[in-house]
Amino acid sequence: MADHHPTGIKRWLFTTNHKDIGSMYLWFSFIMFLIGGAMAMVIRAELYQPGLQFVDPNFFNQMTTMHGLIMVFGAVMPSMVGLANWLIPMQIGAPDMALPRMNNWSFWILPFAFTLLLLSLFMEGGAPNFGWTFYAPLSTTYGPPSTDFFILGVHMMGISSIMGAINVIVTVFNMRAPGMTLMKMPLFVWTWVITAFLLIMVMPVLAGVVTMMLTDRHFGTSFFDAAGGGDPVLFQHIFWFFGHPEVYIMILPAFGVASEIIPAFARKKLFGYASMVYATASIALLSFIVWAHHMFTVGMPVAGELFFMIATMLIAVPTGVKVFNWVATMWKGSMTFETPMLFAIAFVILFTIGGFSGVMLAMAPVDFQYHDTYFVVAHFHYVLFPGAIFGTTAAVYYWLPKWTGKMYNEKMGKIHFWWSMIAVNLTFFPMHFSGLAGMPRRIPDYNMMFAEFNQLASIGAFALGLSQLFFLYIVIQTIRSGKKSEDKPWDGATGLEWEQLPCPAPYHTFDTPPKVK
Amino acid sequence: MSTETEEKYERYYVPEQSHWPIVGAIGLFLLAFGGGNFIQQTTGKYGNEGSMGWIIFAIGFAIMVYMMFGWWKDTVRESMSGLYSSQMDRSFRQGMMWFISSEVMFFAAFFGGLFYARVLVMPWLGGEGNNAMTHALLWPEFIPAWPMTETPGGTTTTAMGAFGLPAINTAILLTSSWTLTIAHHALIQGNRNTLLNYTVITALLGVIFLCLQVYEYYEAYEHMGLTLGSGIYGSTFFMLTGFHGLHVTVGTIFLIVMSIRVAKGHFKPENHFAYEAGAWYWHFVDVVWLFLFIFVYIL
Repeated sequence: MADHHPTGIKRWLFTTNHKDIGSMYLWFSFIMFLIGGAMAMVIRAELYQPGLQFVDPNFFNQMTTMHGLIMVFGAVMPSMVGLANWLIPMQIGAPDMALPRMNNWSFWILPFAFTLLLLSLFMEGGAPNFGWTFYAPLSTTYGPPSTDFFILGVHMMGISSIMGAINVIVTVFNMRAPGMTLMKMPLFVWTWVITAFLLIMVMPVLAGVVTMMLTDRHFGTSFFDAAGGGDPVLFQHIFWFFGHPEVYIMILPAFGVASEIIPAFARKKLFGYASMVYATASIALLSFIVWAHHMFTVGMPVAGELFFMIATMLIAVPTGVKVFNWVATMWKGSMTFETPMLFAIAFVILFTIGGFSGVMLAMAPVDFQYHDTYFVVAHFHYVLFPGAIFGTTAAVYYWLPKWTGKMYNEKMGKIHFWWSMIAVNLTFFPMHFSGLAGMPRRIPDYNMMFAEFNQLASIGAFALGLSQLFFLYIVIQTIRSGKKSEDKPWDGATGLEWEQLPCPAPYHTFDTPPKVK
Repeated sequence: MSTETEEKYERYYVPEQSHWPIVGAIGLFLLAFGGGNFIQQTTGKYGNEGSMGWIIFAIGFAIMVYMMFGWWKDTVRESMSGLYSSQMDRSFRQGMMWFISSEVMFFAAFFGGLFYARVLVMPWLGGEGNNAMTHALLWPEFIPAWPMTETPGGTTTTAMGAFGLPAINTAILLTSSWTLTIAHHALIQGNRNTLLNYTVITALLGVIFLCLQVYEYYEAYEHMGLTLGSGIYGSTFFMLTGFHGLHVTVGTIFLIVMSIRVAKGHFKPENHFAYEAGAWYWHFVDVVWLFLFIFVYIL
């Protein structure tokens, strides 16, 4: 079959091709990443020194809110879906996703949903300003008019995510080539199928809670109003029932990426494949029963605090299994340190730091002090930036030859790595200290005593922002004028996409099922 | 690209390009943008006046209907011309199953809200646990009892009984599940008359259910003072039964379309995914109702 593909705008608008859709997801998420990043720059500029310099407090709150929402729903999640689209069909020997038209719909909803969300910046009263967690009553009684558009935007993102997740899960369960048994699947596929399960289970709950917000705001219901017999804390429970699995939705695919890349550059089989699968599944299941650790200070019966504290700490066990497995994979391997490997190793180390601060936060009595401080900000940025985003970055470097047929410039890749590695630590490590010393999050001004830590963090953040523009430059340069890549540029790489397909992968792969060893 | 397996396995099927997804994305955007304006203009909370929201919403809705009609028409045409492999059929089935799972979780959020409000919040507002001061200082008059016919804020209402209309509605839905199963068995046995008759009966039962539900809402609003604004009891009552009613509406439309397709002879005993999907959806709606009947009406 000739490798023809439709051309022009119609190729992208009407496509049913998983590679086109994957590329659109990845580019979309990068654009969102830059927009959300620009907002982070505004935040860090304001926090460069104490006092109010550049923006008024209400706009500062809009920036923190929009930064969070855009990064979570616009940058990290779509980038993972983009990777899933590109890789899963090739890795399991399928011709495409199971439901290709729905796949296209899932993607095209997103640009419209984020247009709606970003329009809120220009509405009267400004954008949502209550934090990305949109707690009631800040978002119900006191939310600006644009909150309604935020709610409907979240509905659109939810529809997109649920359809995307259904597509992944059906692809994996129904489209595997004969012989590709479940326990032979690459770990990236495993982590994504578990992620998809989480998405299907919790995105509807998010839809439910924003619907309650909408009716509380406009139709007189009292879900989150104690005078009517409801409870603002009910909002937090339902939100975090979605919100905690959500953080695993963002990180599990990155676990999968690390589990592909580390064996490739250690030139060894992944240590403990089966335990990796079970650990991922345990993390996912545990994620349903730990949500209230986000709410220790809100006032809960002691039995509740104890239960959620212990359940949360249990998650450290399967997570530890994964970290030990990655390290054991590297143990006595013939390691080389190309850019994807560097990002993957940094991922393991820095994600573990984020995991440890997570265990600290899990302890209810200790959390009373840390709650809503910069320590929390440091914690979740450590799992999200050097966790999820380094994971995606590693994946882009690793699979870029497969996608484009071109090799990136190794030297520039290494510069990008060390630049981001230093900048990310400079940005987020000082936040641990300012947080432990009591600096509250989401406040545009702070006590003089936090000035040094904040200056360091701001300088780091500007450098980190620039490093992402450099990344963009590297990718564009690779696509336009990169050296042609061999079909298998990494000697240790395994999987159908490396062993049976050339670089770049043809527009249509696997018309009939490939042979799986 | 391997060819050795070509003879052993059927070829993969990947559908042609389609313009429906982008039409659907535009439709959803107009629905959301118009809907937001429509809501604000209707409630007038932000002094946002005019009728622009309603118009955009209506255009979005029309585009969505057009999209669904066109998209499914293409799918039906492709299915009827035998393009779909058995693998495609399994993809549809599994996709529907996971879609229904996500719907279950949507209802779970509202049931969760109901249980939390009733089992935990209500006693707390009445002073239980360490909440004695909340009760004494904020709402000393509040007596915790379910159905909460008087809220802490003082709004009063009457509760909906279980054994009038709701019991009849339960019987209707249970019967409809039974008639649908008869129809489905007839489909598998290739008995088209029974299939058509019982599918139409099921759809009719759905319509009757909806009419009774509308009557129940009318009674609640006009004679019982039970509204969305009647505190947490009214909120959970109307949101749960309302979303269920919305799903019954969708299911009924689904069944009506299936009746038309049965009459046109679209389904074969071995190839009738769409019909089965409709049946699954209907049974799901039925099960949700049983939970509603127990937790919203009886208990």
